[in-house]
Amino acid sequence: MNVIQILFLFLSAVALGGAIMVVASKNPVHSILYLIITFFAISGHYILLNAQFLAIVNVIVYAGAIMVLFLFVVMLMNLNAESAPPQKNKYILYGGTIAGASLMLVLVSALKQTTQGNHRMLVNSGAGGLIENLGKVLFTDYVFPFEISSVLFLSAMIGAVVISKKEA
Amino acid sequence: MLLTIDLGLIIEKLVLIIVVVMSSLVIAMYATYAERKVAAVMQDRIGPNRAGPFGLFQPLADGLKLFFKEEIIPNFSSKFLFILGPSLAMLTAMMTSAVIPWGDTITLFGREIHLQIADINIGILYVFGVVSMGVYGIMIGAWASNNKFSLMGGLRAASQIISYELAMGIALIALLMVTGTLSLKAMVVGQMDGIWNVIKQPLGFVIFIICVFAECNRTPFDLAEAENELIGGYHTEYSSMKLGFYLFAEYINMFVSSAVMVSLFFGGYDIPFLNDAHAVETYGQNWMAVWHIIMFLGKSFFFVYFFMWVRWTIPRFRYDQLMNLGWKKLLPLALINMLVTGAVILYFTTK
Repeated sequence: MNVIQILFLFLSAVALGGAIMVVASKNPVHSILYLIITFFAISGHYILLNAQFLAIVNVIVYAGAIMVLFLFVVMLMNLNAESAPPQKNKYILYGGTIAGASLMLVLVSALKQTTQGNHRMLVNSGAGGLIENLGKVLFTDYVFPFEISSVLFLSAMIGAVVISKKEA
Repeated sequence: MLLTIDLGLIIEKLVLIIVVVMSSLVIAMYATYAERKVAAVMQDRIGPNRAGPFGLFQPLADGLKLFFKEEIIPNFSSKFLFILGPSLAMLTAMMTSAVIPWGDTITLFGREIHLQIADINIGILYVFGVVSMGVYGIMIGAWASNNKFSLMGGLRAASQIISYELAMGIALIALLMVTGTLSLKAMVVGQMDGIWNVIKQPLGFVIFIICVFAECNRTPFDLAEAENELIGGYHTEYSSMKLGFYLFAEYINMFVSSAVMVSLFFGGYDIPFLNDAHAVETYGQNWMAVWHIIMFLGKSFFFVYFFMWVRWTIPRFRYDQLMNLGWKKLLPLALINMLVTGAVILYFTTK
């Protein structure tokens, strides 16, 4: 085992453990904090793949901005185990478990079937994830999807402003 | 062999990290002293003068006092999160210093040592990432206090930091278009023996420094700890050294953000009106590095002083004024600055 493998295993364990605790913990604030830990572990994976830009944007946008808004909402609403509605229907629980398990089954079988299974990821090398190359690719080869997604963001933003103005 | 990097590099970086962390702690310690003295001068008082000559041991006495105070953890709070809050605030304050270039290289024991802990290719984005983590220190501490005043203070601080991060980021994009790099070291090298970025991006600098004031929760933006509305703000329930950590993190943040501003806009360790390459030949590399560090610290201290100057000059904003300034004035101004910069660059490069 070299350093990269150890790091990979460590980060994967942290990411999976965090993700499980997001669902398992009773207190919503704790769930959010575990989700932040998961995001950090995923950023660590990006760095192992030499995608530094993606890693830092994941930290800034997801862990830094979106999760703060989540925390805002949860803290202001003061949600806790007592205020949660009691789960009456047990069949929903069983149904959810079965649906999740079948989704995982489909995903695993689909990944096993792919022809690209032998193409390993480049670890700790390759310049594809560095910001210069990423910028060039985004603004030349993928400029159309890039602009479309920016229009999508703009429309979501305007929609949010319109909805909040309506109340006032 | 588990690690393929040589041991020398690890020791070198470890020593550098310890030196940087220790010196920023000491500088922050004396910044508290300086703040009192500056306040005293501006209000025509004498300021602390009892502990040691000119009151120079005052920060040590303050630290000692904080350590010996009783530590109170509220009954109804989550103990782990209550301790995590100030620790995170301190950690994020210290982590930013990792990408700041304190000087050029020195040669010791036959090794060439870069006076920067990590020259990563996303330098300035790393600073942003760590700053956006700093919000959690305040928010977690505020929530774990289980006190409405704390929570209000924490929410104010967090929404303020998020709002001003936008204008700050866009002001920086204009700067990045001029310099063409994200690495702080490369930015400083670009300003050596040339013009400083503040001349190329004056509006960007003004927006940036206002946002830095807001990010550090300093007056006139210290709404998060407005005493007459919120008692103590997010650290109402904290006592002893945990309160000390929150107060201290503010001073470290102040110093580190001054250092970031100096490297971004004021040439970093560049000595003005001096041909550095020529000077290195005359005085030797190591001596030049010493002068560079002194120059860098001098510029940073000026901005720390500026922080204090503003604090004792300008009164606090109202909260709606703060949000209006951030969203309706600074953000559009930063956007215009970015567009104009882009247009100018395009005009001159396509010719």
